[in-house]
Amino acid sequence: MFLLETVQPMAATGSFLYAWLMIAAPLVVAGILLVGGRVTDAWGHLLATLAIWVSFAVAAVIFAEMWSRPVGERVVESHLYEWFSVGSWSFPVGLYVDPLSILFALLITGVGGLIHIYSIGYMAHDPRRRRFFAFLNLFVAAMLILVLADNYLVLFIGWEGVGLASYLLISFWQERPAAAAAGVKAFVMNRVGDIGMTLAIFSMLAMFGSVRFQTVTEGAAQLQPLWATMIGLFLLLGACGKSAQVPLQAWLLDAMEGPTPVSALIHAATMVTAGVYLVVRSHAIFEASPVAQLAVVIVGTVTLLAGAWIGCSKDDIKKVLAGSTMSQIGYMMLAAGIGPAGYAFAIFHLLTHGAFKANMFLGAGSVMHGMNDDVNMRHFGNLSKYMKVTFATFGIGYLAIIGFPFLSGYFSKDHIIEAAFHANAVAGVCALLGAGITAFYMTRLMLMTFFGEERWLAGVHPHESPKVMTIPLIILAVLSIVLGALMNSWIQGWLEPAVGNHPHEVSLIPTPIGWATLIVVALGVLVGWMVFGRRPVPAVAPSSSNPLTVTGRHDLFGDAINDVVAVAPTMGAARGLAHFDKHGLDGAVDATAFAFGGLSKQMRKLQNGYARSYALTMVLGFVGVAVLLILTHLA
Amino acid sequence: MNPENYLILAAILFAIAAVGVLVRRNALIAFMCVELMLNSCNLVLAAFAQMRGNLDGQVAAFFVMVVAAAEVVVGLAIVMMIYRTRRSTSVDDANLLKL
Amino acid sequence: MTFPWLTILGLVPLVGGLLLFLPMREASKWLGMFFALLTLGFGIGVAVMYTGGADLSVQVPWIRPLGAYWALGLDGMGLAMVMLTVILTPIVLLVEWRSSGLAGRWSSQAFFALVLILEGLSVFVFTANDVLLFYLFFEATLIPMYFLIVGYGGPKAGRAALKFLLFSLAGGLIMLASVIGVFVVSASAGRPTYLLSELAAVPLGGDVGRWLMLGFLIAFIVKAPMVPVHTWLPDAAEQATPGSATLLVGVLDKIGTFGMIKFCIGLFPEASRWVAPAMVVLALVSIVWGALAAIGSKNMMRLVSYTSVSHFGFMVLGIYAFTTTSLSGSMFYMLNHGFSTAALFLAVGYLVSRRGTADIDAFGGIQKVAPVAAGMLMVAALSSLSLPGMATFPSEFMVMSGAFGRYPVIAGLSTLGMVLSAVYALRLYRRPMTGPVNQEAAAPFEGRDLNVVERFAMVPIIGALLLFGFYPQPAVKLVEPTAQAVMQRVQLADPAPAVEGVK
Repeated sequence: MFLLETVQPMAATGSFLYAWLMIAAPLVVAGILLVGGRVTDAWGHLLATLAIWVSFAVAAVIFAEMWSRPVGERVVESHLYEWFSVGSWSFPVGLYVDPLSILFALLITGVGGLIHIYSIGYMAHDPRRRRFFAFLNLFVAAMLILVLADNYLVLFIGWEGVGLASYLLISFWQERPAAAAAGVKAFVMNRVGDIGMTLAIFSMLAMFGSVRFQTVTEGAAQLQPLWATMIGLFLLLGACGKSAQVPLQAWLLDAMEGPTPVSALIHAATMVTAGVYLVVRSHAIFEASPVAQLAVVIVGTVTLLAGAWIGCSKDDIKKVLAGSTMSQIGYMMLAAGIGPAGYAFAIFHLLTHGAFKANMFLGAGSVMHGMNDDVNMRHFGNLSKYMKVTFATFGIGYLAIIGFPFLSGYFSKDHIIEAAFHANAVAGVCALLGAGITAFYMTRLMLMTFFGEERWLAGVHPHESPKVMTIPLIILAVLSIVLGALMNSWIQGWLEPAVGNHPHEVSLIPTPIGWATLIVVALGVLVGWMVFGRRPVPAVAPSSSNPLTVTGRHDLFGDAINDVVAVAPTMGAARGLAHFDKHGLDGAVDATAFAFGGLSKQMRKLQNGYARSYALTMVLGFVGVAVLLILTHLA
Repeated sequence: MNPENYLILAAILFAIAAVGVLVRRNALIAFMCVELMLNSCNLVLAAFAQMRGNLDGQVAAFFVMVVAAAEVVVGLAIVMMIYRTRRSTSVDDANLLKL
Repeated sequence: MTFPWLTILGLVPLVGGLLLFLPMREASKWLGMFFALLTLGFGIGVAVMYTGGADLSVQVPWIRPLGAYWALGLDGMGLAMVMLTVILTPIVLLVEWRSSGLAGRWSSQAFFALVLILEGLSVFVFTANDVLLFYLFFEATLIPMYFLIVGYGGPKAGRAALKFLLFSLAGGLIMLASVIGVFVVSASAGRPTYLLSELAAVPLGGDVGRWLMLGFLIAFIVKAPMVPVHTWLPDAAEQATPGSATLLVGVLDKIGTFGMIKFCIGLFPEASRWVAPAMVVLALVSIVWGALAAIGSKNMMRLVSYTSVSHFGFMVLGIYAFTTTSLSGSMFYMLNHGFSTAALFLAVGYLVSRRGTADIDAFGGIQKVAPVAAGMLMVAALSSLSLPGMATFPSEFMVMSGAFGRYPVIAGLSTLGMVLSAVYALRLYRRPMTGPVNQEAAAPFEGRDLNVVERFAMVPIIGALLLFGFYPQPAVKLVEPTAQAVMQRVQLADPAPAVEGVK
């Protein structure tokens, strides 16, 4: 097997010493806003936004310094403090700043900062705005802990932290029962994934006695194949939970109950990609186990098709985007599962996707802002006229995601499809097919929202959003255009210290597979236009008996399956046990008590209160004892 | 005289007294029967002292007498009180000795 | 002879509690609080001395023919439990400042007196180094707790208190048989003794050791409480006031796990190794059973007490997995669970005291009218589901990761408890706090969010949870020596990493 040449980490110097500031700034501000209460209502959102940009500045400075260093010195590990140590195990809190994590930090703080600015406008009239920003800051801090951790346990702190922030933000409008339920669902399904994470961590401790990335990476090759597979599958389970991959995908669609900036930041750009990060970070484990790798490929492929399927059949604009997110993360998973050839492409697509999907989600939010928070695309139409900036930026995002030549998605997705064909023909065909479906449903979304006749509900007056919301859109749109071209030939070399050196040809001139992709995408767009562009779109979803449509509209029956497999048995067992405790176990206890009570009731009848009967008892007893004594004496 | 005769007498006295406690309803009679039982015991104690040739039994008999005197005082007071409230000294009328 | 700090530490609240039975007026509460704080002061002093390396143990002959001593001493676990007791007591007094004297209940003066007496007795339980002395205080703690439930509880308090008493006494009696057995064995081995340090040299192995150990173990299983002898806890907690429930679950129940480590394993290492596989399975059953029953509970106080059944399962799993990590985790968990469960009971208690019922469906949308109460409940719920950042996470992690080395399948299955804990904790928050505002339920909360005293009472608890969540090292280092001592006693070594040569 091909052993990886990863770079040994070195101690922190220079700006790396201040890496902790990235986490501390939003964390402290979140604390201030939550504890400070109403006092901070007036300026809390500004402070929160500032905190994110401070983090971004620190990340940028570190990035610059890393850039200027020789390749061998780009991986830096800094020890913050000893979290706890027990027996022979020690769990330090440390930061691991390498080319991979710094890219994530830039994505999180950059997109996060833009979304903070956008939220200033989006949440302007919400009475609980301060709390919203506090939770957002909490999320950014947790996400940074996740990507900057130097061992799996600290990563797990961030992992759970983002889960908490996601829960809090999904159910932010908690007076809506659907939102509250969606938050709980997301958290619990993530916890199911966390079983995998914790088991992976336990196994690593049992195998290596340490959870440091460095130790695990170096020791992975010596693992028994069985354990390597187990750890790999455990990690994959964790990744599935966080990244909404099949079979733990059902929470992501419900998560759209949260405010739109949350969907953009957490459920599109950053948190849901944590699973990809995890797989890439643990590449050594997966390389030690072809079975686990194959499982990643399967999960990725299935999800990329499942997400696209859902995206085709939803009328809720946010749910279409959510399905699309699932699908795109499926691409990343697929790339990460392919092996050394795919890591850089997975991260590449992750970054470009972060830009264009955040752009589109925020665009959707801008549309909703103008349409009285309606999300049903059948009530939209012809909005390109009224929301010019939103339309333009959304359009760029659209072109980027379908892979229009020379926009960012074109580069990143093509590489994945190509790599998939090299690794596994089935996965490759599926990925190619997925690209076509992506083009189809995104075209459908564009046509239903921005073109065609106006199907607005009464009393709706679409208008362009304020500047504080459109400027982040413009910035993200620019990034959606240029990010791909900027990083295309650079990303593999840059990530080399983190994931090893696996040269893979990239060029701007399409290969045969690239041409095929372009053709499939064009077909998808064409079909989309044929179905939704030529005829008026009905304002009420036509009932359909087409099994594909029905299944898609019901989220592939994910909820029904979960209900049958997990929820119903659990709730049944819970009710049964509570009942059994009360009537079974406690019944036995009470029965014993009752038996004693009955016995004593009978015994009490001897106590009749007549002195002479007591005397008789005494005499009888006396005689009895006397007889006994005499008998024993005689014997 | 054969000292065992004392013991037989004591046993007969005790039995008479026990039957008296069981069959008579009047509290005063029952009381007297109890005293009779105590005295039969005293007789036994004195007889044993005589038989063994030391004073232990007689000392014990004195203790019994003292206790019996104290008991009579308390017992009669109780009988008095019951008679005042119930106008009766029948032991069967007072069946409050139960839960 | 050194100054008997530990004796004083236990006597201060005891004397204070007895003093409070004297007739006095409003001053009684202040006097009670004074004694609680004085004890806290002494407790901190003792902690400082202990960490400074001072030998605080006391050993005075008590009943010579039995070989019983007035022997008190501290180890890391004991200190952790003592600190938990002395910290929680003033908080409980503060929370019950107003509510204990309500109509239909006994006077608040008596409440304060009983709590203080309970505190004093608990301190002696956690410091006793003599088996007979431990047994005495173990049983004595039942008395004030019984009256705390009877005098201040709900409509069915009498029944619940009796159940609690009977369960505990039944366990205690079985333990008494073992205590006598220990005397017999030690007497036949030479000189009768009840001193732990001397009993270590007495051979308590073989079948006799196993039977004696089971006697102790059953009492502790009832106390802890583990499935299937846990049913007294939900009833008692449901009927008790939040303050009493906190003391009951937070402090008294810890005697169960505490006793398993100090007495079951300390006296009978061989028999404990023999029983370990069964205990580990029982612990797993408790974890899942408690969590499921919590999910199925409609009454919030019952729900919280069922979560404790689940958490005690984790502690027992850690104890009988016999690794330094899991044992340290267990002891650390005992400390954290005290704070976590206190936070839950108090937060739920705030809701119940306003609404007048603990029925989870009687609430709705409370977050809107009482955001601070909602925040407190959220933090408490998060600590219950062991979110990283909360003190309960490192302890639960240590228990499971340690146990994984010895029982991978059981530890793996115990992660189910993690998922279920998320379900019950979030259910506890979601039902009362979220959704549309239920007018009838929200009315008692209108303008009556937590007051200053209620907020203040939560500060030290949440502070401790966060502190040990982000910096657990001091607490872990406090209990680790005890864990190492146990490992030495049972003569087992930690499982070594499977892949050698990696560091």
